[in-house]
Amino acid sequence: MLAKRIIGALDIKNGKVVKGIKFQDVKTIDDPVVLSKKYENDGMDELVFLDIFATNENRDITYNLISRVAENINIPFTVGGGVDSIEKVHKIIRLGADKVFINTFALANPEIIKKVSYEIGSSNLVIAIDAKFNGKYYEVYSNSGSIPKNINAVEWAKTVENYGAGEILLTSIDNDGTKSGYDNELIKIVSENVNIPVIASGGAGSPEDFCSAFKSGADACLAGSVFHYNIYTANEIKNYLKECGLNVRI
Amino acid sequence: MIAIIDTGTGNLFNIQKVSGGEITDDIATIENADKIIFPGVGSFPFVIDKIKPFRNTLVKKIRDGTPYLGICLGLEVLFESSEEGKGSGLSIFNGSIKKLTEGRIPHIGWDTVNILKNSKLFSGIKNNTYFYFLHSYYSPVNPYTVSTTEYGNVISSSIEYKNVFGVQFHPEKSGKDGIKILKNFRDGI
Repeated sequence: MLAKRIIGALDIKNGKVVKGIKFQDVKTIDDPVVLSKKYENDGMDELVFLDIFATNENRDITYNLISRVAENINIPFTVGGGVDSIEKVHKIIRLGADKVFINTFALANPEIIKKVSYEIGSSNLVIAIDAKFNGKYYEVYSNSGSIPKNINAVEWAKTVENYGAGEILLTSIDNDGTKSGYDNELIKIVSENVNIPVIASGGAGSPEDFCSAFKSGADACLAGSVFHYNIYTANEIKNYLKECGLNVRI
Repeated sequence: MIAIIDTGTGNLFNIQKVSGGEITDDIATIENADKIIFPGVGSFPFVIDKIKPFRNTLVKKIRDGTPYLGICLGLEVLFESSEEGKGSGLSIFNGSIKKLTEGRIPHIGWDTVNILKNSKLFSGIKNNTYFYFLHSYYSPVNPYTVSTTEYGNVISSSIEYKNVFGVQFHPEKSGKDGIKILKNFRDGI
């Protein structure tokens, strides 16, 4: 039986993990490979490397990082953030990432989804959707959540599915970084309207948050801070999810 | 030497690291290989197009008895055709690859494998072990099915016939148990 997935997010800048460092014991872990290995050993199902191309001048460091992760980690990983060309998509996959996510690139030219999906396979293409409730509907934002696009997230999710996206990485801009829980309403309306897997993102703080996101329709839950700050390990979350009645890989 | 077939996409590092193989799309290298691993990333028609230059060599090697391990699309190309698109498979086996019809598609994530027959590939691996899947198409149960995975449809999660092995999941992404599969192919076959 297919297990619900826990995905660890690593924010990358210049080839290193960045997050405000609060805890002494993880202070030295800024090497993405070392942290990834720890996550893998702690029961993580997948990894996502975010904002990897935020700075263009350090592209080589980024590419080098992808191949180092690929050589050392034996669980799947997705790379994205600032991916704005087909060449980058191919290079990322070529260097060893399993999946690529694109966001602004797809919003600027939705047809690109069809092309990428054909070339790397639908299963390997993730479309990231950043959404914020505008009082009427969940609106899609581009450019790292800075530009409102006047597009309904549900409609955009349906479009990317039709164009060949294999998965949706759905981030609530409002909840991101708050540790107050996922936006379960957003998860619910998007997952009900598409037939591809939906990864919930933004707001994870407690094991209960994961459970309610899964019960709202998420196929996977992504979190950064709770793992980065060593508040919980993936296996600790999974033990709770099992009690919650969900199928997980332990 | 193990030849790891290169179709221009996909993560070949883990496979290379464990198998000690050589990543190649060179006809002579494939001809000289003792074993072949075909990791497939991409779509069926895309990969069929990519392997054109060495397709005949590959088929001949498989038919001559060279141990072959197909991963994901590398399993799918062993059949005649796929609902994913145009292009003739290697037709080592009869039958076609179908699109999954139940649940969320693609089938993404860790799923259990129900081992039906003794298999060298699964030596030392417990029944119902989790492996990582990432696919929308599958081989239905056939005479070569060694294990199944149920995801609405019953998927041949692995096949085996003489020197030909195929796994629908990604052993190179399935932690320790996946590495065991690759080592079994490297050492036990």
